[in-house]
Amino acid sequence: MTGAVVTGLGVASPNGVGTEEYWRATLEGRSGIRPIRLFDAAPYPVRLAGEVDFDAEAYIPGKFRAQTDQMTQLAMAATVMAFADAGLDPAGMPAFEMGVTVANSSGGIMFGQRELQQLWSQGPTYVSAYMSVAWFYASTAGQLSIRHGMKGPALVLASEQAGGLDAVGHARRQIRCGTPLMVTGGSDASLAPVGLAFQIATGMLSTRRDPSRAYLPFDRDANGYLPGNGGAILVLEDADAAEARGVPGVYGEIAGYAATFDPPLDDGEPGPDTAAYDPPRGSGRSPRLRRAAELALADAGVAPGDIDVVFADAWGLPALDWEEARAITELFGPRGVPVTAPKTMTGRLYAGAALDLVTALLSIRDGVIPPTLNVTEPAPGTDLDLVLREPRRRTVRHALVLARGLGGFNSAIVVSAPTTHARSST
Amino acid sequence: MTEFTVADLKDIMLKAADGTAPALDGDFLDTPFPELEFDSLAVLEIATLLQQNYHLVIPDEAVAELTSPRVVLDYVTARLRESE
Repeated sequence: MTGAVVTGLGVASPNGVGTEEYWRATLEGRSGIRPIRLFDAAPYPVRLAGEVDFDAEAYIPGKFRAQTDQMTQLAMAATVMAFADAGLDPAGMPAFEMGVTVANSSGGIMFGQRELQQLWSQGPTYVSAYMSVAWFYASTAGQLSIRHGMKGPALVLASEQAGGLDAVGHARRQIRCGTPLMVTGGSDASLAPVGLAFQIATGMLSTRRDPSRAYLPFDRDANGYLPGNGGAILVLEDADAAEARGVPGVYGEIAGYAATFDPPLDDGEPGPDTAAYDPPRGSGRSPRLRRAAELALADAGVAPGDIDVVFADAWGLPALDWEEARAITELFGPRGVPVTAPKTMTGRLYAGAALDLVTALLSIRDGVIPPTLNVTEPAPGTDLDLVLREPRRRTVRHALVLARGLGGFNSAIVVSAPTTHARSST
Repeated sequence: MTEFTVADLKDIMLKAADGTAPALDGDFLDTPFPELEFDSLAVLEIATLLQQNYHLVIPDEAVAELTSPRVVLDYVTARLRESE
């Protein structure tokens, strides 16, 4: 079996649009967390988020702009970047040899809210025909397929933040099943009044007003997380097919993937006390997040000692941080592996968590681990080697990326350095 | 009476394409919608905008027959005459 290799990257993130812009900002510790500007957030307890400064017209024709919410537009822009980066023109490729699996969790909530307001204020005649497709989770997969003429498998996965990894795991499966090229990753744009209201109801968001003291995963001052809009797209190819077309360069291989699912706790309502990310406390069963990581390592055929960095899920709530820290230390030993959470500079992007895979691949390319921003005092009991403040130079051959999604989703991916055609830093 | 001109039609079509539709730069009236990059959903949006702006009710069967800008122009003109 030949591997699935990443040959193109695209990023639309709160701290940078464009892969290199994002990477520079991330290494320099520049955050995209700011007061919300997309709408008046004054009536809400949550005022900070990661918004994307983004010129849709630069990437997306009018027809597709009119029909899509920002959650789709972020992925469309990142896809244009990723194809260019991979040295590919999809118009010149056989249509049935290209597919798309992307993740989404917010739906087109800004578009949907606007049209529902039209419905209730002016009546059904004033609702755009485009509402029929723009709000839908699968809209991004469908529009990407239409725009680029990709007639292979097309699919959306909705598993909250874990979806950003699950989509890539699924795309790898499609490659193994015979589709040589998959566009994969995820995007979300949850920042609309109704979208924010939904998120506030979980009780998991930080209500702090100081961007440097709000989202502090693994810190003793952890008090919730901040959401962000954003997306990341990867062009994933069968290694032999990529070689045969003369690929300009390879970022790395999706070497291992696994997902586990938690049982429900208590009443099943979302929230820090009830969302189970490990089996019920005291049950004695193996923690599901650790299990996902172990399975991904086994799938990649690597041992914990081979992993050079862990990109943490980093939820930002004490109990969930502790559970993740425990999973990491049980697997790697106390302070046994560098751990980082560059999402402290973007907020949690939900399906856009595929961005952590991009970041891991850039760490492999450049031999440097980006820092976790704003965290100053790790919480007692989280015995992690956190990369804080400054990037850390280190040769990265294998990186483990973790993601959890509200409702019990745990996912892990191992990305490994390419064996041939390695990308060099630009 | 309310006039419905080519310029009015072009405005509506541009609205359905977020303000950018390169195919509308030249002679577009007799070109079928798909060749102008307006898919069936975009034609439905054109009908929706016409209903809003000209207070018409356009039945679904009529929308299915709107195959080119010229057909839309003639249809709307005829409907506006009827309602005088």
